[in-house]
Amino acid sequence: MADLTSEFLGIISPNPFWLASAPPTDKAYNVNRAFEAGWGGVVWKTLGEDPPIVNVNGPRYSALHSNERRVIGFNNIELITDRPLQTNLDEIRQIKRDWPDRAVVASIMLPMNEQTWAKYVPMIEDTGADAFELNFGCPHGMSERGMGAAVGQVPEYIQMATEWCKKAASVPVIVKLTPNVTNIVPPAKAAKDGGADAVSLINTVNSIMRVNYDTLTMYPTTDGMGTHGGYCGEAVKPIALNMVAEIARNADTADVTISGIGGITNWRDAVDFLALGADNVQVCTAAMVYGFKIIDDLTDGLSTFLDDKGMARVADLVGKAVPSVTDWQYLNLNHVEKAIINQDLCIKCGRCHIVCEDTSHQAITQTVNGERHFAVIDDECVGCNLCVSVCPVDSCITMHPVTTGIDARTGKAIATEKANWTTHPNNPMRKQG
Amino acid sequence: MTNKAADIKAGRLSKQEVERNFGDLHPPLSRSEALIAADRCYFCYDAPCTTACPTGIDIPVFIQKIRSDNIRGSAHTILKENIMGGMCARVCPTEVLCEEACVRNTHEDKPVDIGLLQRYATDPIFKHRTPLFSRAETTGKRIAVVGGGPAGLSCAHRLALLGHDIVLFNRDEKLGGLNEYGIAAYKTVDNFAQAEIDYILSIGGIEVRKNVSFGNDISVDQLRDEFDAVFLGIGLGSVNELRIDNESLPGVLNAIDYIAKLRQESDKSTLPVGNKVVVVGGGMTAIDIAVQSKRLGAERVDIVYRRGPEQMGASHYEQNLALTDGVTIHHWAQPTKLHGDEHVTAIEFQRTELDRAGKLTTIGESLLLEADVVFKAIGQTLDANSIAADLKTERGKISVDDEQKTSLDKVWAGGDCVVSGDDLTVSAVQHGKVAAIAIDRGLRS
Repeated sequence: MADLTSEFLGIISPNPFWLASAPPTDKAYNVNRAFEAGWGGVVWKTLGEDPPIVNVNGPRYSALHSNERRVIGFNNIELITDRPLQTNLDEIRQIKRDWPDRAVVASIMLPMNEQTWAKYVPMIEDTGADAFELNFGCPHGMSERGMGAAVGQVPEYIQMATEWCKKAASVPVIVKLTPNVTNIVPPAKAAKDGGADAVSLINTVNSIMRVNYDTLTMYPTTDGMGTHGGYCGEAVKPIALNMVAEIARNADTADVTISGIGGITNWRDAVDFLALGADNVQVCTAAMVYGFKIIDDLTDGLSTFLDDKGMARVADLVGKAVPSVTDWQYLNLNHVEKAIINQDLCIKCGRCHIVCEDTSHQAITQTVNGERHFAVIDDECVGCNLCVSVCPVDSCITMHPVTTGIDARTGKAIATEKANWTTHPNNPMRKQG
Repeated sequence: MTNKAADIKAGRLSKQEVERNFGDLHPPLSRSEALIAADRCYFCYDAPCTTACPTGIDIPVFIQKIRSDNIRGSAHTILKENIMGGMCARVCPTEVLCEEACVRNTHEDKPVDIGLLQRYATDPIFKHRTPLFSRAETTGKRIAVVGGGPAGLSCAHRLALLGHDIVLFNRDEKLGGLNEYGIAAYKTVDNFAQAEIDYILSIGGIEVRKNVSFGNDISVDQLRDEFDAVFLGIGLGSVNELRIDNESLPGVLNAIDYIAKLRQESDKSTLPVGNKVVVVGGGMTAIDIAVQSKRLGAERVDIVYRRGPEQMGASHYEQNLALTDGVTIHHWAQPTKLHGDEHVTAIEFQRTELDRAGKLTTIGESLLLEADVVFKAIGQTLDANSIAADLKTERGKISVDDEQKTSLDKVWAGGDCVVSGDDLTVSAVQHGKVAAIAIDRGLRS
């Protein structure tokens, strides 16, 4: 059995699954239940100055559903904790005492002046929390007050606040980043430059879920008016994975420790984040959709996966896929693949044919000798993977490299050497040989 | 065989029990059930289900519209191809049509619930009488439609839609044909047949003349003189005989006559039913009368069919329905003798098999079944007297071309009365539709 014990910035937890700073970690009651269920750690719901903020007394959440009403995406307008600071501090202290083997991280959000940080950081650290996570990510409500994403969108502010926190703290400092930026690397670099020990990402994405089709107002509303929220859940995972990978592969930030967040629902999602450079992962939406019991599949699935891969510990997996991520310009343009449809598995739905016919390269038959039969026409197939993507049958259509002979589409011999855009004759900016 | 009094009586089960037995065979889907069922549709291209549907309903499109809560649009997609899509959702043997063709069968052996989804989409339209169609500009052409069953109603509706004026002649007091007087009651509850007909007629331009006997009150020649075109959807008026001795004994009944009575009876517990019932035949009607007899409280119901299960006109699903209800199905036996003096007491069969030439022969073994009632359900035939002498027929049914045109000028035909008729509502609807389109084209050229 692989060892799931996780060490993150020197903080040991029995597994790499922490609950992210969010409603599930708002109170000792919830956190006790989470630890009883087996979660490795929690990042406490973000603490702020007293008097506490207030929340709306109406819908805070809404979801993007599949037809079966499975939650694919999730939106919230809840703010940071709305309980008095002392209540939270007392509970954090008690939880850390009761669960010494679990990670307990204090998420904080404070106004942009150093005195406030100098005042609150030691007070919070005194609870015994293992680390701080600086909430520079929440895109709604708090950002209107110059905190959360308003800080995370300006690298200079990130660096400044991180420095203030580091000055006042003796435990590690994690900076939580907002995805509501065009390039995630400068904010990550700013955190590093400010002395952060790690970054965590992503926080939620600005979002409006839909309109109400009866009232033609946005949905949901608070007494007829609504505001954008933060989007999360399975739907944001690809956005998060890209940002994690960008930080992990960029020379300026490659050495930064990463806590991966964004739509992790099952163990495979965790594998994605870890392989793309995250050192541990945080989960919120899946717990809010299914309850804490999902930790069973997360830990069990990851452990089995590591065993199957012959990996003894989580750290063996971290960053494994990072070297495979590059810029488009470095992709081998001499590489040729063609789709192959396994006729034994094909159920003859025709989806591959019609999407290729209507929207791509007319490379899949509809009939062969008058019979309904879907097969790839190599003369037309550009290897785009669209048919693989839409086929409802797992593994029915697969991509296969063509390594020798002639590409039936171009009529050109398959080249054995690699060649990319940087040297391509069609590239006016190509490097001269 | 002694001649004791036949045990035939009403009220074998309480009114409540009978009502429960004749409730909806397949209760309608709730919205959440429908969304889950709809989500299973792969939205196939050139979908096999649509190809398998005799009326060519674009099934993936109507299911996609259910998924997006566009129920009115979904119903329109169904009803524009099949105006009796509501009834077909209830009575179609989907297991041998659309659902058999569903690609989901390949890996899961469980098709999308197309029939139930079709009902989900169409029920609100009939319930609320939502208008989905409007007539084209009137053409001034008049067309006679004979027969108010599925073929005639479908033809009349399509012609009315295209702007023609229709006179619909109906033999019975109520329209609907076998939808109203045939078909098992538990397949079409709550008087759905009439609700559907009301909806069809609401298009306008269809004048209904009831209680008109074709062949007696009106003739083909008269109609050809008076109208621009004629459509015959007259069904099969005569019942096949067993052709054995004593067939006129009391207690030997036509299944379709009893079903017609049963369909019209609001309190079915008042219907007299035999304690031991024997049904001769292997089609849907045989299953319908057997199951309904059982559900009225008959203690023992036997279906006897002269060939095997594969040759039965009733689908596997229907056969299983009968077996589940406690009906016994005997294969490979044909009736030879009815016993009884003043009333039938038993029916005797000879066991059969196929000889080497594939011909059905008896093998010298007999089977005797006691019976208070014997139902004949061995098919119907065209009432030959009702038709013009010069109308071409084949195997006792009217010959038509691909567009349902008969050999007579200005006369089209469809439904069970034509050669290609297959006892299915959905086929009859298609015949009526195809004929209407051909008639319209002819009248405009």
